[in-house]
Amino acid sequence: MGRYILNRLLLMIPTLIIISFIIFVIIQLPPGDYLESYISELESQGESIDHHQIEMLRQQYGLDEPFLMQYWTWATGMLVGDFGYSFEYGLPVTDVVGDRLFLTTVISIFTIAFTWMIAFPIGMYSATHQYSWGDYGLTFLGFLGLATPNFLLALVMLYFANVTFGTSIGGLMDPEYVNQAWSWDKLKSVLEHLWIPVVVIGTSGTAAMIRRLRANLLDELHKPYVVTGRAKGVPPFKLLVKYPLRTALNFFIADIGNMLPSIISGAEIVAVVLSLPTTGPILIAALQSQDMYLAGSFLMFLAILTVVGVLVSDLALALLDPRIRLQGGSR
Amino acid sequence: MATHSSEAPMQNDHWVSQKPFDPQSIEAISPEQEKYYFASQWQLIWWRFKRHRLALICGIFLALMYLSILITEFLAPYALSTRHTDYIYSPPQPVHFIHEGEFVGPFVYGWNYELNMQKLLREYSEDKSQVYPLQFFCKGDPYKFWGLWESDRHLFCAPEGATLFLLGTDRLGRDLLSRITYGARISLTIGLIGISLSFFLGILIGGLAGYYGGWVDSSVQRITEVIRSFPELPLWMALSAILPVTWSPLWVFFGITLILALLDWTGLARAVRSKLLALREEDYCLAAQLMGAKPKRVIGRHLLPGLFSHLIASATLSIPAMILGETALSFLGLGLRPPITSWGVLLNEAQNINVVAIYPWLMFPVLPVIVIILAFNFFGDGLRDAADPYKH
Repeated sequence: MGRYILNRLLLMIPTLIIISFIIFVIIQLPPGDYLESYISELESQGESIDHHQIEMLRQQYGLDEPFLMQYWTWATGMLVGDFGYSFEYGLPVTDVVGDRLFLTTVISIFTIAFTWMIAFPIGMYSATHQYSWGDYGLTFLGFLGLATPNFLLALVMLYFANVTFGTSIGGLMDPEYVNQAWSWDKLKSVLEHLWIPVVVIGTSGTAAMIRRLRANLLDELHKPYVVTGRAKGVPPFKLLVKYPLRTALNFFIADIGNMLPSIISGAEIVAVVLSLPTTGPILIAALQSQDMYLAGSFLMFLAILTVVGVLVSDLALALLDPRIRLQGGSR
Repeated sequence: MATHSSEAPMQNDHWVSQKPFDPQSIEAISPEQEKYYFASQWQLIWWRFKRHRLALICGIFLALMYLSILITEFLAPYALSTRHTDYIYSPPQPVHFIHEGEFVGPFVYGWNYELNMQKLLREYSEDKSQVYPLQFFCKGDPYKFWGLWESDRHLFCAPEGATLFLLGTDRLGRDLLSRITYGARISLTIGLIGISLSFFLGILIGGLAGYYGGWVDSSVQRITEVIRSFPELPLWMALSAILPVTWSPLWVFFGITLILALLDWTGLARAVRSKLLALREEDYCLAAQLMGAKPKRVIGRHLLPGLFSHLIASATLSIPAMILGETALSFLGLGLRPPITSWGVLLNEAQNINVVAIYPWLMFPVLPVIVIILAFNFFGDGLRDAADPYKH
């Protein structure tokens, strides 16, 4: 087991290095840099520009250095927890990001839990009642969730939550709690708002999960051991839960890895619509204003979140399934 | 074997009969069997696909939709940007068939509005005294068909003096139904162009990985893993932020397509690679090699055909993701921009919570999105089942 964990951890290093490089290439691709767009903004407002100061800033952040040098500074800085400096906010990136990343993580975890809660019973029902009306109807509902654009669903749900429950529009908590310290009331308010993004993001992933659980369970249900069990008179529910479901459970854990990228994607766009204080809106703003360290570090954080999530799911899977553990980690 | 050949090497001469072989002499086959056994691969796929009723219907529906974008101008009652300044934010206008107990055929009543100064809204109402039967194949807004010849024929349009806003109008008084019809052009083709790009990339890269194996294979594997482990939308957002603001809408369109394709090939490459690796071990491949076929012939003639049906099916299944991706990007204002009209651009106007509350018909463009994506999913599912020779 220790060997397997070590293996997986070592594998993460090249992945993260490649990811960080791709990200840096992307954020460097637009012509010019933040200072240039900053200068043109100042010019359009008719303010005078202190060229000396601009030059100093440029040197301070190494913006005139060659590409690879800049990457090296950024990448090695991240190793010691220095993610660079946000020009727009005038703060270190970690200060801007902190809370927002936490909320993105919270929403992702809740969404996974929600997807499981919905997909699990529906998938079980669909598999045991294959080709029944219930199976078709639920499958269709799942597909409908898959086909509806997240952002529109978010808008509509927001409206109905406001009309029926009086939930305040936008944000992740009632306005009066925004700058307060964490308290029970604030937590309650957050929970009241949290369910909308969770449901919205969850719906798109649920369909795929239902389909896969159904297919996996169906494979198991046709195996001879199930037939033997039924012939011996094992009650149907026990026959389902005792072995086939446990085998299908493996894939549930493994699926976190597949789900995470799409959940985080969904979280980003939904966050823009709902104006949640997560990473979505700020990432767009940073990308547009070429606030490169902020944008880059954001993308990097999201990627790390995904990679670590996949790692956790792999490790959980290895704990659950001796076949994977003993093979030494080919997934 | 070894002992046998050493004892009597000469007696076991290899002899091949020169007479033409007639399989019928051993076992006669009925005409139906013959039809089945000699059917080409595509014929078999088609037979299997036909049995999948829902997928067949969805396939026909999609074909009709794609055909319809050829004659968009004719189908849409108004031109793309005709403005009806008197009818801003008009709700959908109902079509009636029966007027005062008498069957008239499809018609609309007169369409009036009042300003409600308390709510600061326009309130539209039907004027039941005026009956305007709809006209078919009538003259309306002029357009240039395929940019070649001019015409003003429309499938149906409003009669003289009346308006016809079946899905309402937007904030500039433009007919939403017409705009959705025009938007189909961009939204449907962006998926196709994108998928052909990623199809090409997928086959090329996946094929190289599967054929050469070794370090090419493992580095391709690594790269696809990295791309797949990355949340798609933030990466799309980052890439579309690169597109210069000065680009013309058409270039932005191609840029967005390229971006969608650049991140989508990984799935296909993976499928090509694993299929190629599996097919290489098949007996017929070995047979071809033993008979002296060159690698080029083995791959082109024997391996790729076995792969293609499967690839097309998986490509079909990834078109919906592209359409949704374009919609999401345009909705966020990072994708296509207004002179170009796609469903995502139309939905961009529905970004506000007020729209849901006051002008809900502005959300209509989401309906074709949902229907098309459902259709692609069912169609692709059916295609995949039909293309899989091991499914019955």
